[in-house]
Amino acid sequence: MTDASGKGGPTETLMVTKFLRARPQDSWTIDAARRHNNAYQTLDKAFAMEPDAVVQAVSDSVLRGKGGAGFGTGQKWSFLPKDVFPRYLCVNADEGEPCTFKDHMLLERDPHQLIEGIVVAAFAIRTDLAFVYVRGEFALAADRLGQAIRDAYDAGFLGKNILGSGFDLDLVLHRGAGCYIAGDETGLLSSLEGERAMPRIKPPFPAAQGVYAAPTIVNNVETISTVPHIIRRGAKWYNAMGENRSTGTRIFSVSGHVERPGNYEVELAKTSFRDLIEGLAGGVRDGHTLKFFIPGGASSPWLMPQHLDAPLDMDYVQGELKSMLGSGAVMVFDDTTDPLQVAWRLGKFFEHESCGKCTPCREGSGWIAKVLYRMANGQGRSDDLDLLLSFGNNIVPGLNAPFAQTTICALGPSTMSPVVSLNRWFRDEIIERMRADETRRAGLAVTPA
Amino acid sequence: MGLTDADQRRAQQIIDRYPYPKSAVLPLLHLAQDRDGWVSPEAMEQIAELLGLTPALVLGTCSFYTMFKREPAGALVVSVCTNLSCMVNGGFDLFDQLRSRYQESSDVSVEEVECIAHCDHAPAFQVNYDFHGPADAHGAADVIEQYLDGRLAARTISGTARQEVPR
Ligand SMILES: Cc1cc2nc3c(=O)[nH]c(=O)nc-3n(C[C@H](O)[C@H](O)[C@H](O)COP(=O)(O)O)c2cc1C
Repeated sequence: MTDASGKGGPTETLMVTKFLRARPQDSWTIDAARRHNNAYQTLDKAFAMEPDAVVQAVSDSVLRGKGGAGFGTGQKWSFLPKDVFPRYLCVNADEGEPCTFKDHMLLERDPHQLIEGIVVAAFAIRTDLAFVYVRGEFALAADRLGQAIRDAYDAGFLGKNILGSGFDLDLVLHRGAGCYIAGDETGLLSSLEGERAMPRIKPPFPAAQGVYAAPTIVNNVETISTVPHIIRRGAKWYNAMGENRSTGTRIFSVSGHVERPGNYEVELAKTSFRDLIEGLAGGVRDGHTLKFFIPGGASSPWLMPQHLDAPLDMDYVQGELKSMLGSGAVMVFDDTTDPLQVAWRLGKFFEHESCGKCTPCREGSGWIAKVLYRMANGQGRSDDLDLLLSFGNNIVPGLNAPFAQTTICALGPSTMSPVVSLNRWFRDEIIERMRADETRRAGLAVTPA
Repeated sequence: MGLTDADQRRAQQIIDRYPYPKSAVLPLLHLAQDRDGWVSPEAMEQIAELLGLTPALVLGTCSFYTMFKREPAGALVVSVCTNLSCMVNGGFDLFDQLRSRYQESSDVSVEEVECIAHCDHAPAFQVNYDFHGPADAHGAADVIEQYLDGRLAARTISGTARQEVPR
């Protein structure tokens, strides 16, 4: 989107990050949130509605999950089986997708916005117990959210008969202990039950059978933080921003070789990658040019400079560019970057984080990392890329985005994203380099194994 | 060592927050680790007993998560990120230098970790789960020394700031 002043620079559209930007000194305290941000003032409005009407408003807004999959939030809520209780709400604050750093900012700097969203969402789906699963490494976020929860209880926004509505809600902060796979919604539920964070086969989906085998809604921090704004200002106000099925705003975490890495909240579809990377993040660092970028977390296929003008529209990026906006992590790499090194580092990440439950992922992630390592370090062979694609086809049959799945969760197919990206954009360059490495090694008296 | 009486009372408060006691495994492992500086086999047995589980199940859970140390570790855990944005900003170099610098130290355990979500401060690291960065090896060592001599107050080894556990 361009600046209304006509200066032409891209601008942010602040909604969930507005208050924390306005009051960096104390936005996380209940006093500041109530005094300067009308915190908890949507509760009366929500309680005056029928729970189903709240669900309908969220559906009408076309709010889509901001954790990665982009599933319709109102639609997910409406999947809960009627009259099955107890049921639960779990907020996913595990944020482990590489280079995503928006959710812990929301916890550290505006926990009351999240709690308000939790109360509204819990009321809408008729539960009296909600959890926030906070990634174990987020110590400050756990402190701030823990304090905010205590303050919200004291002020009567949590607990029994909230604001005289007759609605009760308890909220439990649950700290993780270090593992990416707890971010997958079913892995999260296993972890919350005190087990290894192993994902579970779907169906049954969590909305039918989640934690403790009870109906459960899992939503991302940013998704739930958006809910109070929709209830306060209306579905129409929200979906007037953006276009098509990419309505409202999203926070993008931009990092890597940019001048101003950071979180930027922009209007979807009306903003382009160029606005984000070159405008808001200040462009590629001094004197260098863009080589490629990863648009939506480690699992998303890479994009090239020719894609910079594409809109930040979830369906466009998936349909036209065969990638995804995923978790909103935009990683920028300049002309000094070795794509094989990047691919190997992602391979190493997936190998480390594979939970080991499904064979294609457990075995495949290790082999992908091994082969990429030798390729990146002068020991590659000219058919290595095809070797990766050949066994990778057993993990992602067809190798076409959106990726097919042979595993219980989406970590399996994600392991092939770096390989598919290398093949898509750097195939000739890589094969040439592997040939040169082979030639060089052939000249050695003793060739490495 | 394991859980004291006071710990047991705190453990009960934690258990009471959940519909089923088994959900308290992770928080109780954090509690034990904060107390002892690591998760001992005895602590796991006590947790199992408190929750009506087998020690094997508690060990199975404990061993899955990177934050739990099943051997005594240094009082300071320094987690250096080498994932993408840190990698392209010198993360591997930072990790290598800190690791060799503190190789002999019994107070500081340096570990390589996956993305800690501090990418706008790359290369980033954590000291007992407090964020720092960007820093080169010299700057990072300076921060670590400040924790060692008490100029900076470190969290417990599980990242809990105060002794009480957040609700
Ligand atoms: C391997 C893996 C890791 C994930 N990590 C996260 C995460 O850290 N945070 C998150 O909100 N969603 C994560 N997701 C997506 C969740 O499964 C789920 O779709 C999301 O939490 C639902 O919330 P939303 O609809 O509000 O986006 C992950 C998925 C997979 C497969």
